[in-house]
Amino acid sequence: MLARSALRSARSVGAAARNAASKTASRSASTSSSTAEGAASSWKTNALPAGATAFAVGTVAWYCHLYGRNVDAMTPAEEGLHPTQYPWEHAKWYKTFDHQSLRRGFQVYREVCASCHSLARVPYRTLVGTIMTVDEAKALAEENEYDTEPNDEGEIEKRPGKLSDYLPSPYKNDEAARAANNGALPPDLSLIVKARHGGCDYIFSLLTGYPEEPPAGAVVQEGLNFNPYFPGTGIAMARVLYDDLVEYEDGTKATSSQMAKDVVEFLNWAAEPEMDDRKLMGWKVLAVTSVLFAISVWVKRYKWAPIKSRKVVYNPPIQSSNILSKLPKPDKKS
Amino acid sequence: MAGLSSFIYNTFLRRNVTMLGTVFVSAFAMQLAFDTASQRTWDSINKGRQWKDIKHAYIQKPEEDEDEE
Repeated sequence: MLARSALRSARSVGAAARNAASKTASRSASTSSSTAEGAASSWKTNALPAGATAFAVGTVAWYCHLYGRNVDAMTPAEEGLHPTQYPWEHAKWYKTFDHQSLRRGFQVYREVCASCHSLARVPYRTLVGTIMTVDEAKALAEENEYDTEPNDEGEIEKRPGKLSDYLPSPYKNDEAARAANNGALPPDLSLIVKARHGGCDYIFSLLTGYPEEPPAGAVVQEGLNFNPYFPGTGIAMARVLYDDLVEYEDGTKATSSQMAKDVVEFLNWAAEPEMDDRKLMGWKVLAVTSVLFAISVWVKRYKWAPIKSRKVVYNPPIQSSNILSKLPKPDKKS
Repeated sequence: MAGLSSFIYNTFLRRNVTMLGTVFVSAFAMQLAFDTASQRTWDSINKGRQWKDIKHAYIQKPEEDEDEE
């Protein structure tokens, strides 16, 4: 609307200018509403809408310049560097988790992450059939002790873990975790892929994104480490993944990026253990509903075919001026 | 063609009892076939990625190589 009125006013201004330039040209009167002798007054007539349009455009531009830009509550450093988007194989719509990678990632979690981070929402039973066998999971569970139900004297004893137990946390509670980590709470990793913007990309970038030393000018507080991907760039967790930190049982070379990839995929499994089944079920739903949709389209066309292809004929009544001619004649034939 | 369709009609669809039986049996069979086919397609797309593809390496040796902590 604004552009159109501006265009129109510009065009009429141009026409008026042409009229003023060649006063004898009366043909331009066909494009402009004003005649040749009214050309001078038409310039004045157009000055008001043209000026109003220019004022409106300028006001909007000024307003957009003032308030239209993105407003960030935080500086880019406080936002954190946006993580690189990696082509995760398991994130494709038709791919499951790579369970060999999950197994490696769980090994990395146990040997590296588990010293500080809990995985409190993952029971041992979910490991069975996805990451390890029943015997392996049972043996793993029995390495830790859990509270029993109160016995006859009301005492709570310790028993070896079972498959229904959850993975043990490194600290008793959040306060103990903070006290042991300089006031910083290592977050629980059960849902961390869902809980962070960027998900897998963010965690992989964070794990592999520690520079050798902070860039010049960066302020790193005492006890913190510099990581550009962490919001605020000061992260309490130091770089933990170095090449050959763990020794994979399947012979994969344990580079730091390989370990980060494996543990990120494992954490994604921990956050979305249903992903494999969900994707398969989604494809089945799409297949069935596409067939049903095709059938419904066919039924609609089938039902509507006689209605769409019918021919409606309207025979108007014979008009006659004399209303008496419509009356039945008493004795035409008989 | 006409003989076949009339045979189908007379055998399965004419009486209500047989038609209901046909519906239930064919629903069961079609679901079984659909699930089997989709699972097989899924497994072929994700060959080597699922636990069932790699568990043979771990299922042979019960309770060992637990070396953490």
